[in-house]
Amino acid sequence: MARFELLVNGAPHRVDVDGERSLLSVLRDDLDLTGSKYGCGEGQCGACTVLVDGRPTRSCMTKAASVAGRPIATIEGLEQNGRLHPVQSAFADAAAMQCGYCTPGMIMEAVALLRRKADPSAPEIARALEGHICRCGTYPRIVRAVQRAAEATKGGAG
Amino acid sequence: MTTSGVRRTEGGLTLEPERYELGTGPAYRFEVDRREFVKLLGGGLVVLAAGPARAQESGVRAGGAGAPPREIGAWLHVAADGAVTVYTGKVEFGQDIRTSLTQAVADELRAPLGSVRLVMGDTDLTPFDQGTFGSRTTPIMAAQLRQAAAAAREALLDLAAAKWAVDRSTLEAREGEAVHAASGRTLGFGALTQGQALVRTVATDPTPTPAGRWTVAGRSIPKVNAREIVTGRHRYTSDQTRPGLWHGKVLRPPAIGATLVSLDTAGVDAQRVTVVRDGDFAGVAAPTAAEAQQTLASLKAQWKTSPQPSDAQIFEYLKKTPAEARGGESRDPGAQVTGSVEEARAAAPIRLEQTYTVAYIAHAPLEPRAALAEWQDGRLTVWTGTQRPFGVRTELAEALRLPEDKVRVIVPDTGAGYGGKHTGEAAVEAARLAKAAGHPVKLVWTREEEFTWAYFRPAGVIEVKSAARADGTLTAWEFHNYNSGAAGIRTPYDVANQTIQFHPTRSPLRQGSYRALAATANHFARETHMDEVARAAGVDALEMRRRNLKDARLRAVLDAAAERFGWTKPRTAGRGYGLAAGTEKGSYLATCAEVSIEPGGGVRVRRLVTAFECGAIVNPEHLRNQVEGAMVQGLGGALFEAVRFGDGIVTTDRFSRYRVPRFSDAPELDVVLVDRKDLPSAGAGETPLVCVAPAVGNAIFDVTGTRLRSLPLAPFGIPKLERSL
Repeated sequence: MARFELLVNGAPHRVDVDGERSLLSVLRDDLDLTGSKYGCGEGQCGACTVLVDGRPTRSCMTKAASVAGRPIATIEGLEQNGRLHPVQSAFADAAAMQCGYCTPGMIMEAVALLRRKADPSAPEIARALEGHICRCGTYPRIVRAVQRAAEATKGGAG
Repeated sequence: MTTSGVRRTEGGLTLEPERYELGTGPAYRFEVDRREFVKLLGGGLVVLAAGPARAQESGVRAGGAGAPPREIGAWLHVAADGAVTVYTGKVEFGQDIRTSLTQAVADELRAPLGSVRLVMGDTDLTPFDQGTFGSRTTPIMAAQLRQAAAAAREALLDLAAAKWAVDRSTLEAREGEAVHAASGRTLGFGALTQGQALVRTVATDPTPTPAGRWTVAGRSIPKVNAREIVTGRHRYTSDQTRPGLWHGKVLRPPAIGATLVSLDTAGVDAQRVTVVRDGDFAGVAAPTAAEAQQTLASLKAQWKTSPQPSDAQIFEYLKKTPAEARGGESRDPGAQVTGSVEEARAAAPIRLEQTYTVAYIAHAPLEPRAALAEWQDGRLTVWTGTQRPFGVRTELAEALRLPEDKVRVIVPDTGAGYGGKHTGEAAVEAARLAKAAGHPVKLVWTREEEFTWAYFRPAGVIEVKSAARADGTLTAWEFHNYNSGAAGIRTPYDVANQTIQFHPTRSPLRQGSYRALAATANHFARETHMDEVARAAGVDALEMRRRNLKDARLRAVLDAAAERFGWTKPRTAGRGYGLAAGTEKGSYLATCAEVSIEPGGGVRVRRLVTAFECGAIVNPEHLRNQVEGAMVQGLGGALFEAVRFGDGIVTTDRFSRYRVPRFSDAPELDVVLVDRKDLPSAGAGETPLVCVAPAVGNAIFDVTGTRLRSLPLAPFGIPKLERSL
């Protein structure tokens, strides 16, 4: 067992867990942050994606102890004071989901993308999200949602 | 045409024979007591709507002055605060029926959308439902809910008329209120029910609002729980938790068909964890998932395996292994025969004979099977993502030897199923472990378990013989499907001489329903063969289909797709065009595909256009989403998805070994929706998938001259180009 601190969505959490355990399992089972999903356990589907130091990270393949003390952002932290993040609003408005199980991972990846590049083209969005599976097949809608979020963000900034 | 007993029934509804996974146990019949509703829901107005079995019996009207109908399809409650709660046994798996059913009720009741809430798939709270499959929610459940809502609206207006002592015909319902226009008086639905405990049944068929006068339905309204999804707040089964929760793991056999000989649990700390061995079942429950996994790894099991066929021999195996019913008689339903195929073929200038195959494929819903089971005072509650909550309740009752009233199944909105979650494996496993552990137990299948121990879409062999006149007019059609199923097996084309037959076989892999069932396999074989006949006759594929088709609805979508696609326009060099059309589950569709071949032989689908008609459209945006999603999903089975196996081991047991469509695979998608407000709404979640594979295969032939007759068409690209590009 190992004691360490996880800094999730700005809040510190003391944990005392097997250091080999995945960040995903600690987030879900110990901190009850279940927005990040298990889909494959091998980094192939992207459903578990969180941001560590702002970078999209597959939490199913990341040891919890290895990200101790570093800022971790999960889907639960995006909404601020009851206001959705522009990417969240865009996914809802563009009906960019069916079952919604892949949605949190897609949104986290898209948030990171838009921080890197404010106005990505459709192929750039598709490339950034290539590691994510939407088994319901809403890919073109997701691309449109990210474009919509980019426009909304620009509008908000300008 | 003779139709023999290919269909069996459960709960009064016909089931396709390829729903292999469904048990044949007696359907549960819901009995209902008015007092129970009042106890359950408190005051207000309750309206009960008759279920489909009853509604289908001609001349029988549910309810009436006496007892409530014996079989209830849905019920609806208007509370004193105006909140409308609808109870249906249907479940939400991403088809967006939570939204479309809410729209139907709001529309019919004349209530604001936000005042209507659905309680779905809870065996203690919702009426019996056979399951959410077969594209039945919109044609059947939405119609029932409309009836219940219309009856509620009329009852509320009765109350208003009595209260105000005005002529009933001068009142109307609007935005959740009864309105008396002459005096300007209004009163909310909730206030009208105040102090009442009314139970109404749908005594006569209230006339539902015709689609042309829908106000809330017929429009694109965002998913009602989109906010829960995008914030991660929605709790799928795998996100559920309970006080004192433990985690479960099941010991899987090393191969399909293996039986457990012995289990050595030495080294297990029985003070901390629970190990269960019960027949061939062995599993572990522990306070944490990690401990459960460690304990599982420490178990030493001996298994007995048996020889199993491999994917290399599968089609041969299926053809020579007919299924046998109990007692040994054949399960073959016999052929549907019209005229004489042999005679017509003897006289025809064009005669073709081809064999088509489809591989087993996996549903691979992104949320794997999961369940959380909790025992309290001898009563079992299980949260699980299943398309058949009541069917899983029966499975649990049988497996754990409990009466059904001691079992409650609750289905949180689920991370997809596509026909793959009709059964309750995880539910039974979690319940067994929870019983032994004395704790609630959550069990989430790993992706490897999901890819190996779930059931698959059946593999199949399809043999087609045809004959046509020189101009492409079909004169004979013979079609045999081995194993994959009978859905969509009949041809919509007008052919005088036909023999059509489904041959059930014994499958070495566990198989069952998959979105659109065998309609995908049968459309693949039929529409590919149609293309082959058209080529043999030298007739354009669109023209050839029109020549053989009287059905006006099918002609309409065929023309709509071809027009949007630009079928007759000049083509870009190096691009192939393909076309397919069909009808299934009351919907009509045609798909056009444009493909190109990459330098390495890879197939790139550039564009898919589907024209789709399913009667009156309830929510255009969500319908479009379903059609697009089905096209993308269909592309996987068309091009590269296949379950590989040998010696009882599934080798495609993870996403890195089983390729599913990704962003880069998604072509430009175009959907033409044909809205027929004069026709009842049919279900639409499945059928848009069925024409993708033949359209793509025909387009590949168009550009390469290589005819591909096996699904997946090109898992490793086009092996050999018969025509230089």
